[in-house]
Amino acid sequence: MTIEEPIVDPNAVGLFINGQAVTARKGDLIIKAAEDNGEFIPRFCYHERMSSVGMCRMCLVEVDTGRGPQLIPSCMFPVAPDMKVFTDSPTSKAAQEGVLELLLAQHPLDCPVCDKGGECPLQDQAFTHGPGESRYVEEKRHYEKPIPISDLVFLDRERCVLCDRCTRFADEVAGDALIHFTHRGNLTQINTFPDEPFASYFSGNTVQICPVGALTASPYRFKARPWDLAEAESTCTTCSVGCRVAVQSSRDEIVRYQGVDSDPVNWGWLCDRGRFNFQSVNSEQRLAAPQILTATGHATGSWNAALATTAQLITDALAAGGPESIALLGGARGTNEDAFAWARLAHDVIGTPNVSAQLVDGLPVGVLALNRATIDEAASAATIILLAPDLKDELPVLYLRLRDAVQAKRSRIIELTAKESGLTRHAWRTSFYEPGTQADAVAALLADDAAMAQIGRGDVVVVVGRANLAESSAPTIAALNALLAALPNAKVLPALRRGNVVGATQVGLRPGAGGLDSKGILNAAANGKIECLILLGADPLSDVPDADLARRALAGARRIISIDTFMSESSKLAHVVLPAAGYAEKDGTTTNLEGRVTRVAQKVTPVGTSRPDWMVATEIAARLGTDLGFSTDADVTSAIAEHVDGYEQLTVAHLSEHPDGVVALAPHIDATNPPAVTLGDRNAYDYRLIVSRTLYDSATMTAHSPALATLAPGIAVHVNPLDVSRIGASVGDDVKVTSAKATIVLPLAADTRVQRGTAWVPFNQPSSATNQARIGDLIDADASVTDIRIETL
Amino acid sequence: MTATTYPFTPGFYSGDRPEIVTSRFKYEDSYSLERYLTTDGYKGLQAALAKTPTEVHDEVRGATVLGRGGAGFPAGTKWGLMPPNVYPRYLVVNGDESEPGTYKDRLLMERDPHQLIEGCLIACYAAGLSQCFLYIRGEMALAQERVALALNEAYAAGYIGKNILGSSFSVDIVLHWGAGAYVVGEETALIESLEGNRGMPRLKPPYFPAAIGLYGKPTIVNNVETLANLPWLLCNGMAEYVKVGTETSPGTRMVAVSGHVNRPGVFEIVNGTTTFRDLIYGEDFCNGIRNGNELKAFVPGGGSAPWFTPEQLDLPFEGRLVGAAGSMLGSGAIMVMDHTTDIPAAALTLTRFYAHESCGKCAPCREGGTWLMRVLERVVAGHGTDRDLDQLFEVGETICPGAFPHASSEKLGLAAVPFPYKMTTICFVGPSAYAPVHSALTLFRDEFEARVVRRRTIPVTAGVGQ
Repeated sequence: MTIEEPIVDPNAVGLFINGQAVTARKGDLIIKAAEDNGEFIPRFCYHERMSSVGMCRMCLVEVDTGRGPQLIPSCMFPVAPDMKVFTDSPTSKAAQEGVLELLLAQHPLDCPVCDKGGECPLQDQAFTHGPGESRYVEEKRHYEKPIPISDLVFLDRERCVLCDRCTRFADEVAGDALIHFTHRGNLTQINTFPDEPFASYFSGNTVQICPVGALTASPYRFKARPWDLAEAESTCTTCSVGCRVAVQSSRDEIVRYQGVDSDPVNWGWLCDRGRFNFQSVNSEQRLAAPQILTATGHATGSWNAALATTAQLITDALAAGGPESIALLGGARGTNEDAFAWARLAHDVIGTPNVSAQLVDGLPVGVLALNRATIDEAASAATIILLAPDLKDELPVLYLRLRDAVQAKRSRIIELTAKESGLTRHAWRTSFYEPGTQADAVAALLADDAAMAQIGRGDVVVVVGRANLAESSAPTIAALNALLAALPNAKVLPALRRGNVVGATQVGLRPGAGGLDSKGILNAAANGKIECLILLGADPLSDVPDADLARRALAGARRIISIDTFMSESSKLAHVVLPAAGYAEKDGTTTNLEGRVTRVAQKVTPVGTSRPDWMVATEIAARLGTDLGFSTDADVTSAIAEHVDGYEQLTVAHLSEHPDGVVALAPHIDATNPPAVTLGDRNAYDYRLIVSRTLYDSATMTAHSPALATLAPGIAVHVNPLDVSRIGASVGDDVKVTSAKATIVLPLAADTRVQRGTAWVPFNQPSSATNQARIGDLIDADASVTDIRIETL
Repeated sequence: MTATTYPFTPGFYSGDRPEIVTSRFKYEDSYSLERYLTTDGYKGLQAALAKTPTEVHDEVRGATVLGRGGAGFPAGTKWGLMPPNVYPRYLVVNGDESEPGTYKDRLLMERDPHQLIEGCLIACYAAGLSQCFLYIRGEMALAQERVALALNEAYAAGYIGKNILGSSFSVDIVLHWGAGAYVVGEETALIESLEGNRGMPRLKPPYFPAAIGLYGKPTIVNNVETLANLPWLLCNGMAEYVKVGTETSPGTRMVAVSGHVNRPGVFEIVNGTTTFRDLIYGEDFCNGIRNGNELKAFVPGGGSAPWFTPEQLDLPFEGRLVGAAGSMLGSGAIMVMDHTTDIPAAALTLTRFYAHESCGKCAPCREGGTWLMRVLERVVAGHGTDRDLDQLFEVGETICPGAFPHASSEKLGLAAVPFPYKMTTICFVGPSAYAPVHSALTLFRDEFEARVVRRRTIPVTAGVGQ
């Protein structure tokens, strides 16, 4: 018989909380150790995801470390062996009651008209830890209330308890230290610098973490009371980061998203675009019934008629050109279930290999099959190599995670970029390349001793994405291949932007054997070879960088079927438009960029007669004579688990047990390398064009969310300030921008982020009455890069 | 007895007393390098450079040069708290003298800036410090000008900079002008301010500046007067220094007296032996109360110190004895109140200062200080009630829970509570707002009660959530 040695955890610290012997982890703060062991210490300023400041003094407890009990703020002190903590001793209680009375002294107590009332930590803790009544009879301080500190956030300084949470978030987490304390003593207040609004992409988080009703967001103000809210935990699909959210509704209308602290993904944070675009789900312009094209335009029809028309369109196309003449674009907006049902319909029922979930704005799907990193792996790698678009604009919460990795000194970022990005100031090294010459930048990096020494220090994760829509994916892929050839152990995090593009691609919405990719489909359509084009939530006229190609493709496709939530520009050309249930109107699963599969939940009834995409696919298949066998979304989830490589474990039950999601194994996808990069002579085209997305643009959901629609920066051609005089125009002037394809007129802007010799134009911006120019007109999908000339009018 | 006065600066009175830091005050051009060099200037630095840094450090430690800023911590011991082999390490000179009633450092900077600079250099040499930052309070324009002038002169003469006096010792001194906030006199807030942040104190531990200070590096924060002692100490040696004063409080000490005395001003007194009675009534010092009035009370160590009454007049300037009696020597500011003083108004004046100067970080100080002020304002204006007087204690209790130090504890049959007291705030600004209220209300409650003319009870109904 052997006696097992008891395993001693070197990180365990034994202490006493209210006389009970408990164990905590070394380095845990007292407040957390107490909470983990069932003793809640009241707090306002303490937040688990930010550094402690000990500002509100609410968490004062008596602690005896051998020198007699002392009052200390429990959010500032880590546990120590044999420490005795008294959370409810008379002195602790007196201190907490005293502090709470002081915090309430100047508080307006306008709870009946305060949005926070009912979910307010100040209110709750006033009842649980407060003295019950106030002795303060002096006049309270008065401020103008509320004042807007940004387009989205209002500040009520009377309610503020100065906990430093919003200011710490802005400074530490978001890196936009645009709000701070001003004045002092009893007049201390939070404010922005005059004329510099709190224009942060992450401002909504301050509203969520505010422990009182001082910060409110305009889309939610006075919309509901917390006790009227129903909630479902879901995943945001605005971009591919896959932040966990709580979708909250009142009277069957979505009123708010709140970030959920998901440790592997978003840590509770959301970007403002994801947080506030719930307004588009409630939009009055949502497509509520099927539309069938008649001689006089689109007419509302029944589902029966619309589905019959759809089936007829497909049957006709099959008869006219065979399966290869049918193509499907899109699917990134829906769930895995939607994508799988449509993939079955396209590949198995119709039999076409021409399927793509991208819109000429991504990367070849082979990148998904590379040795893929998770977000956690990227944020803990010794070196992060960025070969990606501006993550702050495209994948904002991934930006927060990588920024945190740098701030916490876990990682160093080596950035290869054509234009300064949000992460440039956090990068250990940034090398700027001229668009198209990424491979040269990689070669220079690999030849640099200091950089290689850094790379040799540990794990390497390459974040790769399409940084420039005015160049093809070829230069990025060439650079990536060169990088991976030299660093075979490096992992890759694909920064593809569209919501569920990874899931849609992995479950089957990708080119089959010999099939065309998105550019191939559009070219074939433009050449009249596509009998039927199915647009699954895709709007090529807005989203394809090469606008001319998109226009020709939609003109050349003989039949167009659109399944969408709104009547998009492309839908207006469709023969039949089927209304799709939107986000929060259907259950299912989604896959984020690291391959993590999470549940998305239905919270409200779909608008009008709209249906989930998977249901539409099943109906169409039935009319084409095939029963896909799906009656509920769970049926589709099970079928995915059964049929899709890497998704074997992802059953409904398994996912319910793992709210943070499960990473699906990367599928086997053959890499198809794009053609080699060809950089022609620049001739008189002085500037190389960079086109990339900004967080706010005229994407469908953003444009239909009134709070966000006005935030898009607008179209302009941005050049380095030193280049402005070379052009001979002044900032703000209209200039002629000419590429090999077309000439458009754009206002000129100076931007220090843009390198000399290049010009940057934000993509997909709302057109104004005075300027309807589209940058897509200048872009040629077949060219490696786009060179332009900028001239005065 | 000679009195030297300058326009715009407070009076200084010398006497038949040892002069350690004020020896040059009698000269009209005491702030110039020329005068400084003719009066043993930079001799201390030369003496220091002739020794090893450890020897100089030991000398300062042996002389027990107590910190003159308020807490009275020995400078030599403080220098020894830095973690070894962490560089760079900084010296920060706390010239943000703003405790109510205190104006001694101002004179040292205005009238003898070179002495301070020499002290800085000696400290940097002894403690192995890489750079020195001189933080001068925003309101002290003349001090700032004179120190800047002196720095330029000293740089030009080779006393600061690279290879000072031909040795291998190099140091730079940077002058920083504050923006005028009382709380920045607290050393961690001073460091925050110096870093360009809002002047708010950091919580200690774990961030004692000696370990983690300016820019996260080991930092010594010393008071102006503390450093001004070093040149004399190095010139004359430890043995001479400890001959002045007592064993536990050697040397001299500058005190600034204000209030109802015949001769308010700054005095350099012998540490540990001079009593408050000497200071207030001595012919060489303040020469008694104005108009022959009765002494009612006095503040022994700056506005934050609990008050003393004539009973404590015979206490000497010795930190431990004053602490045991329920107050502190603090920054060396004595405020004298004669029998005509309106005590509630005096308490209000001090509390108003602290309420205004709260940085806003800790809720008890931010809200409690203002609350105390509001109640006092009401009482002084004659609109107070009995309940208000108890409430002042209750509000103070939320800032300083538990027993509070106070001068007549023993007379009232209470155990003496030495300074410092318990507090719910990070720094002493919060308790400082309560100290004058507590002292005044405990010692002179009858005066407050006389003010409470309308003795009725306001029913307190403003409950939470109602």
